[in-house]
Amino acid sequence: MWGFYFHELIHSLPFFLKGLWMTVAVSGLSLIAGTIIGFICGIIRTSGNKILRFIIGAWVDLIRGTPFLVQIFVIFFILPSIGIELDAFPAAVIALTNLAASFICEIVAGGISAVPSGQREAATASGLSAYQQLRQIVLPQAMRTILPPLVGQYVLSVKDSSIVSAIGVVDITRVGWLTVQRVPEGLMVFGLVGILYFVICYPLINLSSFLERRMTVESTRL
Amino acid sequence: MLESFNFRVIWEYMPLYLHCFLATLWLSGLSLLGAIVLGTIACAMRLSQSRIISRIAGIYIESIRSTPLLAQLYFFYFGLPSLGIMLPEWVTGVIALTLNSGAYYSEIIRSGIKGIPYGQIEAGIASGLSYFQRMRYIILPQALGMTIRPMLGQAIVLVKDSSLLSLISIAELTRAGQLLTSERFMPAEGFLTTAAFYLIIYYMLKGFSNWSEKRLIFREAH
Repeated sequence: MWGFYFHELIHSLPFFLKGLWMTVAVSGLSLIAGTIIGFICGIIRTSGNKILRFIIGAWVDLIRGTPFLVQIFVIFFILPSIGIELDAFPAAVIALTNLAASFICEIVAGGISAVPSGQREAATASGLSAYQQLRQIVLPQAMRTILPPLVGQYVLSVKDSSIVSAIGVVDITRVGWLTVQRVPEGLMVFGLVGILYFVICYPLINLSSFLERRMTVESTRL
Repeated sequence: MLESFNFRVIWEYMPLYLHCFLATLWLSGLSLLGAIVLGTIACAMRLSQSRIISRIAGIYIESIRSTPLLAQLYFFYFGLPSLGIMLPEWVTGVIALTLNSGAYYSEIIRSGIKGIPYGQIEAGIASGLSYFQRMRYIILPQALGMTIRPMLGQAIVLVKDSSLLSLISIAELTRAGQLLTSERFMPAEGFLTTAAFYLIIYYMLKGFSNWSEKRLIFREAH
């Protein structure tokens, strides 16, 4: 019986690879968008405008304080009632972008405020414009603090993308869920699902800790 | 949307929400306790002199951190029955949550212990403090001070993660939102109320986290 199920599982391997591609697509798209939005929000958050800072802070709290599953239900089920009809895929990308952006915003804001204020003062004294300061003085130094947790956030996003299976996006988790209805060997099916996620996440986790080690070594050498 | 927001229905479903709110609290509380115990054990194993024991803990931690909780949850939910182990859903859910958070707690505790310079322990030995005294007066206060924020942060993550239990039909907060949505077709009322309840837990834990940080810094200064 076990051998038969194993055979079945091998046969549904193309299906799993399609799911893998869907996971990569959903998390890849939302990571690109989330990184851009997160950086913009993080920079605004450390700037002077109090109202914008308050709005971004409230948004970050709202996203951090509620489960991603609830957020995705809100986007997928409530937006249609105010006239915005979304398919599962765009809804998933929007929800995941929103989540990634709020976390990246915090990481970027933390990195920027870790840059000593003397650096900014020196840049102002040298007559650099606000944009030049940010581009040439603050961000390059902040990147050292930002990069390791940023890659860590990428891992979290790939893992959180499994939750979009709840609204019917056929990603790896959904493929596993569909397969287990046919091949009732949960350990085998979700073992395979786990291996596929592991293949994406494990190198990223290692990259994150490598960056962390490297960045700290460099800063002590300076 | 807001003008048609039906507070009467929410009021009608309030007993269900409160019941599910309590379920979320005790399910995540139980998993939190289990995760801290498991995390401590896994951390002790990870730091063990024995290569094999350390490796086992390493495999556990890495495989949990590289796969999504939802895949782990399904692994146990569909996998245990195929091994002939029949458990109630909530037990499966608590097991998955405990194993998942245990890996993260193990890493948090490890970073806390590693953060204490070995010279302090040597100084404690040189001053004639017993093992218990060293733990009580030197190691634990500092390790706790360093880890209380990440620990509470992980507790917040755990509460949010417990929302995934709704997907294996455990009656908790997200499930209450789903029920209201499917019975009355009111997704806005259903999921926004759910989100509000999660925000209550989030702000309580966040407030506690800020308070504890102030307290610990205060104690350090004296």
